[in-house]
Amino acid sequence: MTLDAVVTRGHPTFEQRAPAALADSQLRHNLRNATGTIRRRRAAAVGEMPDWQALREAGRAIKERTLRHLDHYLLQLEAAVERADGQVHWARDGDEANAIVVDIVRRHGETAVVKSKSITSEETGLDAALSAAGITATETDLAELIVQLAHDTPSHILVPAIHFNRAQIRELFIRELGVPGLSDRPADLAEAARVYLRRKFLETRIGITGANFAVAETGTVCVVESEGNGRMVATLPDVLITLAGIEKVLPTWRDLEVFLQLLPRSSTAERMNPYNSFWTGVTEGDGPREFHLVLLDNGRTDVLRDEVGRQALRCIRCSACLNVCPVYSRVGGHAYDSVYPGPIGAILTPQLRGLAQAGSLPWASSLCGACYEVCPVMINIPEALVHLRGRVVREGQDARGLRGRLDPENVAMQAVALAFGDARRFEAAQRLLLRGAGPVTRAGAAPGGRGPLAAWTTLRDLPDLPGQTFRDWWRENR
Amino acid sequence: MRVALFITCFNDTLFPQTGRAVVQVLERLGHQVDFPFEQTCCGQMHFNTGYQREAIPLARRFVRVFADAEAVVAPSASCVAMVRHFYPMLARLSGDERLAADIEALRPRVFELSEFLVRRLGVEDVGAYYPHRVTYHPTCHSLRMLEVGDAPLRLLRQVRGIDLVELESAEECCGFGGTFAVKNADTSLAMLADKLRRVIDTGAEVCTAGDNSCLMQIGGALSRERAGVRTVHLAEILASTEEDARR
Amino acid sequence: MSGAREDVLRRVRAALRDVPTGETPEDVPVPRDYRGAGVLQREEVAALFAERVAEYRATVHRVTQDGIAEAVAEACARRGARRIVVPPDLPDGWLPGEIEVVRDEGLSNAALNDSDGVLSGCALGIAQTGTIVLDGGPRQGRRAITLLPDYHLCVVFADQLVELVPEAIALLEAAARTGRPVTFISGPSATSDIELQRVEGVHGPRTLEVLLVEEAVTQSPVLRRQRNATRPAHVRESGRTGSRR
Repeated sequence: MTLDAVVTRGHPTFEQRAPAALADSQLRHNLRNATGTIRRRRAAAVGEMPDWQALREAGRAIKERTLRHLDHYLLQLEAAVERADGQVHWARDGDEANAIVVDIVRRHGETAVVKSKSITSEETGLDAALSAAGITATETDLAELIVQLAHDTPSHILVPAIHFNRAQIRELFIRELGVPGLSDRPADLAEAARVYLRRKFLETRIGITGANFAVAETGTVCVVESEGNGRMVATLPDVLITLAGIEKVLPTWRDLEVFLQLLPRSSTAERMNPYNSFWTGVTEGDGPREFHLVLLDNGRTDVLRDEVGRQALRCIRCSACLNVCPVYSRVGGHAYDSVYPGPIGAILTPQLRGLAQAGSLPWASSLCGACYEVCPVMINIPEALVHLRGRVVREGQDARGLRGRLDPENVAMQAVALAFGDARRFEAAQRLLLRGAGPVTRAGAAPGGRGPLAAWTTLRDLPDLPGQTFRDWWRENR
Repeated sequence: MRVALFITCFNDTLFPQTGRAVVQVLERLGHQVDFPFEQTCCGQMHFNTGYQREAIPLARRFVRVFADAEAVVAPSASCVAMVRHFYPMLARLSGDERLAADIEALRPRVFELSEFLVRRLGVEDVGAYYPHRVTYHPTCHSLRMLEVGDAPLRLLRQVRGIDLVELESAEECCGFGGTFAVKNADTSLAMLADKLRRVIDTGAEVCTAGDNSCLMQIGGALSRERAGVRTVHLAEILASTEEDARR
Repeated sequence: MSGAREDVLRRVRAALRDVPTGETPEDVPVPRDYRGAGVLQREEVAALFAERVAEYRATVHRVTQDGIAEAVAEACARRGARRIVVPPDLPDGWLPGEIEVVRDEGLSNAALNDSDGVLSGCALGIAQTGTIVLDGGPRQGRRAITLLPDYHLCVVFADQLVELVPEAIALLEAAARTGRPVTFISGPSATSDIELQRVEGVHGPRTLEVLLVEEAVTQSPVLRRQRNATRPAHVRESGRTGSRR
């Protein structure tokens, strides 16, 4: 049993969940098309920009400045929102955030809310909390609506229903929206959703949104979207609640000029997404009469504490890394068992949730670095992955004492390190491998054999072993 | 110039012919090659698997062994990337400022073979002859970490007799990723399946790359499939001459 | 919940123990080597804007100042729109006689929903991205009126256009500081949630039509004042020909 398997005892590991996903041909097909398409388009959208690298540098730096002085900016944001007659609430964890929202809804005597896209609300499990409190929450983002109606969970940050094809959606809508005779043409599916949701928008008095950015200087909240449901939720209801992780804050209004260029091209591969909404507190005669901003920690301060890991908080949720990841594009989001899948999920989830729960995720990567290349805020994901692997191993070794030291993987690694620590020991180990390896190799590779060799030889041959090592050749011939 | 060969533990043990090829190429170009016997391993495997404390002594060792070299050349982008990109992280972990300084001094002198030839020596034609149809797989470390760019292709294009054919979606990872290949074998194989198909579709007889780790992954599948395509390290192609063809 | 506030702030500060006590936010350098201003000439900016907006499948018509009302009439006729909502301060000069105009003086959502469309001006436009920006200023009205109707006919003056996003953000700073809501519109609403095919028309107006006004130069001070009222300060005419900034 390896260290990381022990560390994540009780929670299925990535490598346990991956095989089923890999065998799902519908999923593989959908993912391949989707990620391939967005990859190409993103490359084109970015290729148009001669100052793309400069924008990335600015994006990285603005986020660094913000994170290093996060308390300052959070306080500034709070003051600005309150000056504009908004109310600010703080939540230490997801449960507390949910309770705040439920409380606001209850105080208004309402039992229904409309929601626009908010991964943060999925993180806290807000829908379940609302439901438990007898409050109906209608998801108004088309993909989230699909996922909600299917009683499923999202599998991609940006396109949560990427694992559904049009036929599946058609069946779902016929069943859940009561629209018999619906075709599977995307335009007709979208129309069905529009009609259903418009009624909800016009009837419901409380709206809940997420936030892409929150400007400290002016108190402005920004939502970036395509469908218009964000505009609906932010404008029509009497009461607006916005749930935002504390890492969403930006220092100044001017800083938006960088992110409004980085985000659309990185996420939907557009020069600009259809709608961006910016509002500050309450504006008389225009929109909601009451505004609540809920600031959420829920593990973000744990991420912040890790000097290498904290770069994960720069993330602007574009999902470019998901689309270029050779692992994600084959396995999909569910194998990560988190609302944050893919490369960013592999470094964010373990830090938010704790290494004990999500310790297998840092190993769900071949460290190819394609994610780092496309990240608009230059998060060095491979570096963070390796760093987290180190934390998992060290914490496992230190926490588990003798049992940790006797773990087979640990024993093997210590032995190899010992061999590598001295040239003569190294050469002895080499000779042992080349001369004595035959039976060992064959045994390890035999059907029913366990361990690394068996894993290797399921679909790959081993190379032929050479007659002598390089250094022995050098000794004899030079 | 005098070049210290960093053969890498992997090549030393499993692919000595790659080391021989590097020596041949460098000597053919008129340079002197040293082989410090004290070298063992750069520590990448331990480092990437999370055993970073264990990698610190290996980094110290490496720095000591190669401290006085004018240039250190390795036929492995992943090992060179370990030294240039991750040794500073190990130094920080160790809290040893002396080690950090020694690493800083050594880093600029450590090269992967193709970048050494093309960028450092300014050579593209190394006098090679290799009359085969060849496709090139850019390894992730060479492409993204070391950013060798088109140095390997420039070298291959100058090889007489070669029939170079482009690999589709070449930049996609082969799925090796070190221990990833066994810890997450299913996913590794899914990635390998696509790489394999693309290699075979080129109609090439040989698939080459600058890292034997990737070639072991790709070659292992080519062999299992009885595809009739073999893998050969870039250095071995560059070392090849008419004499080899006649033998 | 003041307990939570203090706890979160305390945790943030504890997490940042490695940041030197004396370091200020400004001590963290932010390189701004990206383009801050465009280089295109005015005519090119207008042409680019028209091209980019059209790429979103929003129709663009180029008209002169004197031709706005006629263009509005034609657009509405094509659309079959008979009842149009307008912001309270929309100029009469933009309105043709043929259509029924409903000025928004607190229209209900139902009334907005039942209208055939909305006619408005805008705050500015961004050529590079084909974006129209509303900031609740002159000729735009409150947000709901450009959101609920299914058809949005928008008048954009050529000298309301900037080339790049940073220029737009700079011009909007004043509105942001006073807390006015801002909306960027780049094409009609769309989703790519169904097999990643872009499908137009989910919630926002499914049809967006733009009247791009390249005004014929007129000496009338009244019209100039009207035009200036909708323009960012730096492009206002002063009444002396040739002086633009």
